[in-house]
Amino acid sequence: MAWQWFHRLGSPRWFYQKTNVWLPWLALASVVLLSVGTVWGLGFAPEDAKQGNSYRIIFIHVPAAFLALAGYYIMAISGAIGLIWKMKLSFAVMRAAAPIGAVLTFISLFTGAVWGKPTWGTYWVWDARITSMLILLFLYIGVMALSQAVSREQVADKASALLALVGTVNIPIIYKSVDWWFTLHQPATIRLTESSSIDPSMFYPLLTMIIGFYCMYAWTLLTHTRALLLRREVRTQWAQQELAGGK
Amino acid sequence: MEFQFSSFADFLAMDGHGIFVWISYAVTFAALAAMALYPRLARRRLQRELQHQQRISQRRQKVKAARQAVKEPA
Repeated sequence: MAWQWFHRLGSPRWFYQKTNVWLPWLALASVVLLSVGTVWGLGFAPEDAKQGNSYRIIFIHVPAAFLALAGYYIMAISGAIGLIWKMKLSFAVMRAAAPIGAVLTFISLFTGAVWGKPTWGTYWVWDARITSMLILLFLYIGVMALSQAVSREQVADKASALLALVGTVNIPIIYKSVDWWFTLHQPATIRLTESSSIDPSMFYPLLTMIIGFYCMYAWTLLTHTRALLLRREVRTQWAQQELAGGK
Repeated sequence: MEFQFSSFADFLAMDGHGIFVWISYAVTFAALAAMALYPRLARRRLQRELQHQQRISQRRQKVKAARQAVKEPA
């Protein structure tokens, strides 16, 4: 009885119909929060005393990096769940998380490089934080490539889940890289345990953007997973009915 | 809380940092938009493939029926 919901959650059809209701709300929340946060961050947050206006890149750089890391947990954990309980849905979530994570990692690397030019005088340095983020990008791309390289889907699922799990080693390295090694990258500005080193007038727009990125992540993870499920279940009646409908 | 720039041109220039800030935001939103639109494209491609397959199987059935009709003339 207690496990019933868990098994139902594993059913692609149930998942597809259940999430249908959430999508418009998540889309609305992400568009509103990202627009408000962008206008706030670009136009209304005060200028940084040291970095001037280039610091405004923080409002996309930090949320993208947050979600690039959180997305790796989601990918690795759903891969693990898939390996343990042999759940189709879980593998679909893992596959969907890979390209989304790659896009977010790319955004954080790109904005970081562009931010580096006026701040450090260079686009790229091979320092610990930046290099470990680049490895994260390669891990995401690796999972994407591996999941498509093997034609037998179950084999591809297992192999990419293993790669995702092994790659988890990189995550604490990224977190700690700014503390362990001497680096150009500034240490974390937001801390949960101590007081943050950021003024509220900059923190609130940043928080808005972080929540907006979280909503955007949830929304795209759901839509990508749904697209994968439709393709996998294309022989079933519910999927064909769903595809026969418009949109 | 007030607008930090005296004019729109000032806002675009951002004391010379404008180019860096605007390129970052443009690339970010382009990437996010592509990410958001991809499932819709995938769905459309799947729909087209499904229709294509259905057309093929219909045609096969027609050919089969025609052959049957030739084999056993009424």
